Amino acid sequence: MSGEGAVAGPVPSRRQVYEDRQRRRSLIIAAASTGAVAAAVMILIPRAPGWDRVQASFFNWDVFASTFPGLLGAFMTDVAIFAWCAPAIAVLGLLVALARDARSPALFPLRILGAAHTDIFRGVPVILTVYLIGFGIPGLGLPRPWNSPYIWGSLALTLTYSAYVAEIFRSGIESVHESQRAAAQSLGLSDRDSMRFVILPQAIRRVIPAQMNMLIALQKDVALLSFIGPVEIFRQAGVYKSLMANFTPYVGAAIIFLCITIPATRYTDHLLARQNRERS
Amino acid sequence: MLKLLLCSGLTIAVTAASALAEDRCAAGKTLTEGKLTIATGNPAYYPWVLNDAPESGEGFEAAVAYAVAGEMGFSADNVVWVRTSFDEAIQPGAKNFDFNMQQYSITSERDKFVDFSAPYYAAPMAVLTAPGVTADPTLEALRGLKWGAVGSTTAVPKLSGVIKPDSDPLLYGDNSDINAAMSAGQIDAALFDLPTALFLSAVMIEGSAVIGQFPADREDNPDLFGMLMEEGNPLKQCVDAALEALKSSGELAAIEAEWLQQTTGVPLIR
Repeated sequence: MSGEGAVAGPVPSRRQVYEDRQRRRSLIIAAASTGAVAAAVMILIPRAPGWDRVQASFFNWDVFASTFPGLLGAFMTDVAIFAWCAPAIAVLGLLVALARDARSPALFPLRILGAAHTDIFRGVPVILTVYLIGFGIPGLGLPRPWNSPYIWGSLALTLTYSAYVAEIFRSGIESVHESQRAAAQSLGLSDRDSMRFVILPQAIRRVIPAQMNMLIALQKDVALLSFIGPVEIFRQAGVYKSLMANFTPYVGAAIIFLCITIPATRYTDHLLARQNRERS
Repeated sequence: MLKLLLCSGLTIAVTAASALAEDRCAAGKTLTEGKLTIATGNPAYYPWVLNDAPESGEGFEAAVAYAVAGEMGFSADNVVWVRTSFDEAIQPGAKNFDFNMQQYSITSERDKFVDFSAPYYAAPMAVLTAPGVTADPTLEALRGLKWGAVGSTTAVPKLSGVIKPDSDPLLYGDNSDINAAMSAGQIDAALFDLPTALFLSAVMIEGSAVIGQFPADREDNPDLFGMLMEEGNPLKQCVDAALEALKSSGELAAIEAEWLQQTTGVPLIR
């Protein structure tokens, strides 16, 4: 800004001057306190007696550099599994939520099925589902390639995650006020149409931030498929760990995951903030 | 007079004890003075340890452990067993064992971060095929199979380096998962050290067969098993000396013959 502009501009009020000074002051304090904490961490941790060994075991540059490309390659397996599981989970989750919301007496069995699905798959540890479906169903005698652990492992993930996702969808559906259904019906919309054109668009929009959290969780749980064979990033890191007796490959894997999850989490925060603004 | 006798008796006892301690290489180097703490897997597998009970001294590694302990001057009563996973064994910081025996292959990469004793067993790699799978013991025939292995073993680099299968191998956490994958028809064959392969085919996986072992002249084969120790553990020289003594006296070979004798007679892979 030129000196001329500053002269020509309005003279700041005493209040503005005071607030600017307060703002500068809190900025300086925040910077100083952050710097002090960072300096303390950087100076104190390396002074711990075991730091050399911890550093050699977890933060070894040579190990990191030699294993990172292999980890990135294995991460593509995670991405692929995620890419076909996520849409399947969304569809199945929505179907289960709709089944649990079925109001016609004839569809009561659907409600039972939906409730059983969410109860069972939310209650059973994911890893048991992965083992049971990944080894169990192919063990019934399916021929190759239909016994692939990729297929059945993905199904296990889909079943588990759709149970959570269905509950989130259901909470979204129930959060739409009953009067909306009544209004839709009074306009002559059928049950199905009022669900499709009135309830669901609002319900889905409301639960998107919550569903983003499920996506982030799924992204990490894809690694559970490694228990039944597929060599994804955690298995690959485990192989490197065993061969080199060093944990650094896990740090490499964590960095790759963070590169995905941190932007995804920030985006979720952003969506939530926008939703809160819209509501208020 | 009695006092004098007592006094001299005490002196003799003290000198004897200190002489024994001086004689002992391990004095002051073990976790607990006077005790030797040995770690094994959880569970420990046959034929390395029988019935998951290393205290019995039955099974190859359990027997070697007691022989080494005896050579180092520890009676069987002074051997303490603990269990660790692979990861616990390589974590930085103080260990809860003096040495760890669970078929650790000695490799130069691992040696940078932990110490190994001299090898106590040379294990050739062997091929275990699933029920109903037949293949000739040639690299050519093996390449076309669908492979599996335990992800934490040296079988993995062996697969990618020597067999070079046509499709990517599937990797598992332990032997029982390999068993499940074979029952599910997801893999045709898996790579193990020979004694483990023989045990799995005989006891665990019905209908499976050990169709071949890799000849000893290949690079990195056989795998040499060593006892894992914390990097820079001063006990290493005592353990090595004990193993050396067991080797030259023929006792190690006798233990091997007693617990792992059936390992011959498996065809070589060409």
